[in-house]
Amino acid sequence: MGDLIRQKKGCCSGDDCSSSSEVQSGLEPLFVETPSDEVCCGSAPGPQSSPYEKPGYKLLHFVEVFIDTPIGPVPRVKTQLERTDFLGTISARLGIQRDQYEIAPGLYCVGNPGQDSPVLVTANYKLSFDTLRRELTSLDAWILVVDTRGINVWCAAGKALFCTREVVRCVNHSMLKKVVRHHQLILPQLAATGVSAHRVKKECGFTVLWGPVRAKDIQLFIDRGGKADKSMRRVTFSVWERIVLIPVELSHLPKPTFWLLPAIFLLSGIGTNFFSFSTAFSRGLMVLAAYAAGILGGAVAAPVLLPWIPVRAFALKGMLTGIAAGIAVVAIFYSRIIWVEALVLLLIAMVISSYLAMNFTGSTPFTSPSGVEKEMRRAIPLQAAAALIALVAWVGAAFK
Amino acid sequence: MENFRYLPGVTTLKLDTEACVGCSMCESVCPHTVFQMKGGKAEIEDIDGCMECGACAQNCPTSAIRVTPGVGCASYIIQTWIRGKKSASCSGVKCC
Repeated sequence: MGDLIRQKKGCCSGDDCSSSSEVQSGLEPLFVETPSDEVCCGSAPGPQSSPYEKPGYKLLHFVEVFIDTPIGPVPRVKTQLERTDFLGTISARLGIQRDQYEIAPGLYCVGNPGQDSPVLVTANYKLSFDTLRRELTSLDAWILVVDTRGINVWCAAGKALFCTREVVRCVNHSMLKKVVRHHQLILPQLAATGVSAHRVKKECGFTVLWGPVRAKDIQLFIDRGGKADKSMRRVTFSVWERIVLIPVELSHLPKPTFWLLPAIFLLSGIGTNFFSFSTAFSRGLMVLAAYAAGILGGAVAAPVLLPWIPVRAFALKGMLTGIAAGIAVVAIFYSRIIWVEALVLLLIAMVISSYLAMNFTGSTPFTSPSGVEKEMRRAIPLQAAAALIALVAWVGAAFK
Repeated sequence: MENFRYLPGVTTLKLDTEACVGCSMCESVCPHTVFQMKGGKAEIEDIDGCMECGACAQNCPTSAIRVTPGVGCASYIIQTWIRGKKSASCSGVKCC
């Protein structure tokens, strides 16, 4: 025992390392060591574990502290986003692990909420949660996060995940009635696609107050006593709102491209010598350029220029941007190709762009399924026919 | 959203004015201000603004509003054509 103590003393040099206790009734002195940050082996130890840590749980960086409530400790979250949050946002926007970017459903809070503080309901997609909490800098409120399987408010409502039953379940499960005196929930307006206000009221006794579309208006909405003006009620689709969607549009492409690439080079190599690798490369490169132009036209230019392209059907919007991008490709290779090949390159850019722009309908907040289906019934046969013509003409042109 | 108009004359939206009790819920939840309250009843003010999200019908206490709701997403619709409505999923194609 004495040896052990001495050893420890030796390890942590300095007087503060050991504090002697009284020698009582002839027993060996007991040394109670206070922790030291001095380095004896390896690097300096990190801070002591937080009192909120629990075995089997992970404490999240955005939780400031836990406050006591009638239902037990409730996490108070920060209203300032940090580096980790921004990095998470960027990766979700790039389509990286977007499906797993979620937080635990349940009750959270900001500020110092009490029995009369408002209850804001949101989805458990981390991006939705961050968008809300960063707007709550000067508010005392409860945040009820419902389990939308990590999907944003509007999409989850459309998929019946952010739905009446889930809101009712969360209200009951979180024992909200013990936390607040009023019986009112503020839901984001876009959840209305999945949540029926009168059924929520019937099933759990809470009245639904439809909040604004955008979290940035929530403070003003509450200040005005729960009144939203027209602009708070309408969705927008600004240039920036469209630009942030582009990376996800592009993130869908590597897989089909992986299958298209070998086909492009294979078909481009067929000619009078049966197959030539050098031709495959030189002609394949042109097709690849047209393909890239199509992507640029349909997944980048069409979304950005959306309201300014003077046609309504997305397939047509994409066709126009595709033609523009295709003309640029033809201009680059002009001296090396015959007119049929020029037309094929233009056609490829046009078809790819038209198809991708048509698929952008799913990312916009204003296309109706009836409309999308109508334009698809017309566009897809034409796109397929154009692709087939391009294929035949491209191989045929090699036998000129 | 006046800048953003999609195909006209396609929406499945229908309002039964007789059944309307004038609660104005549809006006509150519509993200394209399709409805407007006039004389204590809801009226469809901008039918081609409708994107068939279904929020109005979902929140009409007297079922005065009918619409076939859905996702206006081409890749989702392609999936319903290929695999049928039941097994088509948005998460598979990540349209939104």
